[in-house]
Formats: sequence, structure tokens, C-alpha cells
Amino acid sequence: VIRHGCFHVEGDAAAPALVLAEALSFWGGVDATTGAIIDRSHPNCGRNLTGRILVMPGARGSSSSSSVLAEAIRLGTGPAGIVMARPDPILIVGAMVARSLYGLSCPIVVAPIDGIATGDLIRIARSETGEAAIFLSQQSLSVARRSS
Amino acid sequence: MALALTSDDRALLHGDAGAAAADAMTILTAFAAAVGAEAFLDIAGAHIDGCLYHGQVSLDFVERFVAAGGRVRVPTTLNVGSLDLIHPEIMRQPLAEQAPARRLMAAHEALGCLPSFTCAPYQTLFRPRFGQQIAWGESNAIVFANSVVGARTNRYGDFIDLCCALTGRAPAFGLHLDENRHGTVLFRLHGFPESFAPSDALYVAVGLILGSRSGERVPVVEGLPPPRDEDQLKALGAAAASTGAVGLFHAVGITPEAPTLAAALGGRPAGETILITPADVLAALARLSTVPDGTPIAAVCLGTPHFSRAEWDRLLALLDRVAPARGIPIYVNTGRATLAALEREGNLAGMAARGLVPVADTCTYITAILARPGGAVMTNSGKWAHYAPGNIGVEVAFGDLEDCIASAAAGHVIRRTP
Repeated sequence: VIRHGCFHVEGDAAAPALVLAEALSFWGGVDATTGAIIDRSHPNCGRNLTGRILVMPGARGSSSSSSVLAEAIRLGTGPAGIVMARPDPILIVGAMVARSLYGLSCPIVVAPIDGIATGDLIRIARSETGEAAIFLSQQSLSVARRSS
Repeated sequence: MALALTSDDRALLHGDAGAAAADAMTILTAFAAAVGAEAFLDIAGAHIDGCLYHGQVSLDFVERFVAAGGRVRVPTTLNVGSLDLIHPEIMRQPLAEQAPARRLMAAHEALGCLPSFTCAPYQTLFRPRFGQQIAWGESNAIVFANSVVGARTNRYGDFIDLCCALTGRAPAFGLHLDENRHGTVLFRLHGFPESFAPSDALYVAVGLILGSRSGERVPVVEGLPPPRDEDQLKALGAAAASTGAVGLFHAVGITPEAPTLAAALGGRPAGETILITPADVLAALARLSTVPDGTPIAAVCLGTPHFSRAEWDRLLALLDRVAPARGIPIYVNTGRATLAALEREGNLAGMAARGLVPVADTCTYITAILARPGGAVMTNSGKWAHYAPGNIGVEVAFGDLEDCIASAAAGHVIRRTP
């Protein structure tokens, strides 16, 4: 499955998806030293986003989230990439600064997120037209079949 | 349309104003392209969120500008840091662990930022004016500046706020522009008595609901009773910016860009109308508390966002009247200028015996200040209640100011109303 999106921070990434039910504030919501979601009001509290493609409807909360995302990327605890339904300037800056200071990549793509499930393999790449292309290989169906 | 640069913008990029400004302009240009801005605009001031220490990246970013001789080009205030520089003795953290946070606050001062260290810069001499273009970080300050003052800023995150300050420019997009400031979702208070005495908690609850239901839209609230003062709007905005991404709200008949519903909506129909009932208010507030009434409390935390002078006056009168004597600390976060004025006037004399512990320059939910972080903490702040359990691992009870002080006197959570 391929869907198109808009790069807000360019880059390539390939990893399993972690799909969040709600928007997330990185500050107050993610422990940059571990990559764990710590916001107790968030339905996905306790999950870890390290090395995942974080898929969420949007971002919320603190303007310090730029720093927390950049620090997580620096420490290697950050997501491999982010796919969001709604753009968020605060997260864009965090990913841009991590690239500028450390040369580390965490692409951010704005695209529809419906139909993506946690565990699906996602590859983010630049299409020939310069847009973001999201290659989705759905694992959830085969997992469901195996477990039934 | 592509981003158009003026000759001044190009001069900044080429280093005519120094290497730091050129670096900052390079980052701003990439950011502006990402958010689809077509130009930059001049800003009258900036408020920088980046002096709160989040790890090595905080220092790496700022000290690069310091090394390049950077200076801010507009009046620039600083948000809270991770330390109380006025009362270093209350920090429960070894000095060595405080060093990076101290260095970060100093680095921002070296760039010419003013050492205000407050999350409520709108309470200082640098409060912006209606219609002014500014670049602010700190989610509560952003929503207050846009909504209550009518100044214009986007939700700028750490780093980009400083880039704007170092260049005096901000990308012309989002809430800087007339066409994006009209409301696009309507919240209507419904089922409340014809006239009712609005509690502080009502404004917090409305903020929580706006935040969780607005998404990226600009919310308009109709039917909100006139607030006692701007602190109730401060609490509403801070809550909305905690549960959501609200950078601007309009309260019909209350906030400056909403004299009427039609004006707030820009003459267009609301995309969606959401009713807020008394039951919704109770449900939103109930979610803020992690412990029930009667739970013993270890501390009270007030002043998130920073306590204003009007809030101090109410608190000090309450402390005189209720006279809590159990030694339960009542921490109050506030700006250093507000605190200095209170101390100069002798208003805090004898208040330590009531449990009062003033905190400046920082906030009790982000750093090691609380004496007994394991116990339940009572707060009148929706924002504190929202973030503290995750940040510092405490149990929280939310109540209004009167309930907080009554609970400090009793030693356990007392609430007259939920």
C-alpha cells in the first residue's frame, strides 16, 4: 500500500508503526532518556516509541516538546520518524534542530493516518515528485490470522 | 507560493548581522518553508522557552549562538528555568546536577535576553499590546497573548522562538495573519442557571474541554460568565494548551477579538457546535484528580502559571483568615519581579509560619523542590494537575484556592464542590 504525504522534515525511515489514539505532548509526555510515554492521561501511556514510526493524529501541549524530541533523537531513544494527520510546528523544529546539530534524521510527514495499525511496517521515502511516499505493509491482519 | 525573502532577510542570511543571526535565519528559512509561509514579518518582542534544561541538546543549541557572538534584536523575556536562582536553598538536587541548568540560564542572558524567568511574561513590563506581532514560546503565554491581549504569535516551540529573537523576524503564517484568527469551532455553555457565580474551576474545566475537542481549530466559547479577572482566563488558556494545542481562543463578549459571536467567527458559520453542560464540567474536573476527598496531603502547589499580584492578594487574605498551622508547605510559583514587590512591601512577613514557600524562576512540577513528592499534592491549577503525575510522580487533587488552603489547614483533601 502506498499513500502520499507532505514532508515537513525530509528523510528516509523504515520501522514498525506505533499508532497513538490521541495527540501527544513530548514534554510531560515522553521520557527522553528511555523513549517511554509517561503522560498518565494519555491512552498509550507506558508504550515506548524508540525506533518506531510514531503515527498520531496531532501534537498537543507544551512548547518544550521541541527540546524533548531533539534530546530523544540525540540519545537514540526517539522515534525513527513521525506520521501525523495534522501538522505541528513544535515537533518540526525539534527534528530540524536534531539534524542541524547532530546530523540525525527523524522525518516528519503529514498524511492521513486512518487504517494504520501498531506493528504495521512503514517505510518513508521521497517520491519522484518530491512528496513523501509512505509504503505500508500491514502486519496486523496476518498477526490476527496467526493468533486465531 | 514559495517563500519570498526581502533584501534585509537575505542580508541576515549572508551574515551582515553576524554569524549567529545568519545561523538563526537559516533555521528559520527552513522552518518557514516547512510550514508554508510566504514571507517573514517584523516582531516587536520575543519570549524564550528554551532556558528549561532538557538535556545536552538545550546547551548545544544555545551555546552555538553564544560562541558566534549572537545578540537578540528585539526585547526578549525568558521563561522559567529548571532552578530557583532566588531561593537556591530550596532545590533538592546536588549542586553538580544543577550546573547545566544554571549554565543554560546564563547562556540565554549572554545573548541579551532579560532574566525574567517567568511563564507569565504578560504580567511584566513587557506585556505586548493589542495587534502586535511577537514570537513567543511557552504554551500558556502563547494562548494568553493571542486571546486575552490580542497580540499575535504562533505556538513557537523551543529553538525557533530564539531564532526569531536573534533575527527580529518571524514567518508570516498561522495566527500572525488576520484570516487565521477567526473561530472555527463553537463551544456553547448549555444547561447552566441563568445567572451563577462562576468558580475558578469552571474556567479550568472549560479550558480542558476546549483543549481536548478543538484539535487544530480556533475555539470560540459562548455563554461564559464574565471572569472576575484575567487570572481566570489565564487558567482557561493554560488548561486548553495542556490537553490540546490551543494557541488562541475567543470568549464572546470577553476577549478583545470577540465583541460578538459573529465577529469571533469572522462572519462565517461555525464548522461545528459543541455543547458544554454542567455534567461535562464535572467530568473534566474529576479526571484531574487521582485521589479522592479525605486523602492526606503532603503539600499544596499554586501558581502554575505564575501567580499574579491579584492572586497573591487573595491568597494572603485567605492565609490570614484560615491560618493553616500543620506545617504543610504551600508552594507558590511566581515571577521574581512580583515576589520582589511583595517582599519590599512587607506582605510576606509571618507567612512562613502558615506554610508559605515562595518559588521564583521555575515551577514545582518540573524540578526537585517538593519536600515529600511521594504524597498527594493539592493544586488549583489544571495545568499542574495535568502534568505533575507524569513529570514528578505525584498523586494530585484539584480544587479551587479556598479548598486548597482549607485542605492545608485540615491535612487532607477537602472540597466544597468537585
